[in-house]
Amino acid sequence: MSALLNEELLSTIGRSSEPHRELVTRRDIRKYAVATSNRQRKYLDGDEAPPMFHVPLFWDVVELDQLSADGVSIDSLLPKFPLEKAMAGGLKIEYHKPVYPGDWLTATRTLTDIYEKQGRSGALIFYEVVMDVRNDDGELVIREKTTRILR
Amino acid sequence: MSGTQATRVTQIQVGDKLPEREFKPDNVQSMLYNAVLWNGHRIHFDEPYARDVEGYPGLVIAGPLLGDWLHQCLEEWLGDDGRITSIEYSNRIASYIGETLRSGGTVTRCDTNKGEVEVDVFVRNEAGEVITPGVAIVKFHPG
Repeated sequence: MSALLNEELLSTIGRSSEPHRELVTRRDIRKYAVATSNRQRKYLDGDEAPPMFHVPLFWDVVELDQLSADGVSIDSLLPKFPLEKAMAGGLKIEYHKPVYPGDWLTATRTLTDIYEKQGRSGALIFYEVVMDVRNDDGELVIREKTTRILR
Repeated sequence: MSGTQATRVTQIQVGDKLPEREFKPDNVQSMLYNAVLWNGHRIHFDEPYARDVEGYPGLVIAGPLLGDWLHQCLEEWLGDDGRITSIEYSNRIASYIGETLRSGGTVTRCDTNKGEVEVDVFVRNEAGEVITPGVAIVKFHPG
């Protein structure tokens, strides 16, 4: 049995956020392309969304009083973990369909795993969140899996 | 050679290098990027906070911006001949505004029949350390 992860914590595996539906606009694509120093005309003109455009599209728009003192928003999908210092994490992204201005996309985030490993300097907690992005026909457009490590 | 784009995958070989690109993100780019995300984390724009409270040597470059540069490295190499089907990457070492970073990659596997190619991609810092390693699968368009 894990030292850090109790039944209550593990019971949160499988829970999902409310679906979050957003409109892709030419202006938002252009701003993202400029801010990332993209050099491709189709993105700078907003004719198509570059890969990773789902990151700004689905970042939570939280109100100022919902941010912590360091300017971070609390992720309500996650339980309170016994370790809190975040280490480098990883991302895996599958791209199934291109994204264009005018598309309505819906993201659903699911906490898919929590597990513990022994690191060199003590226990580490890993958790995984999968975000599925679908179009209005229900087709999978992007699947992103984030793995984060806490120490 | 028929001159169609579909033939490009037949010209790809394991060991091929992707064109490298240099990045020197400044405060303006970092502000615009985090604003586009609605990312209010102070470590990206409040230098006294980043140094004195969090103990960083400077303003931290946002992790997903480095991930985006891996994608751009792949897409500039692909042109209109193919697309990224998946990528896996991690932010291993932090980087700071003022640093000069470099993206690039190497072909590690090539399946000519499927038109599928695996590429190791990276962003390195000035010391030559890989700060953001990744592996991508790209698919060349069929004829």
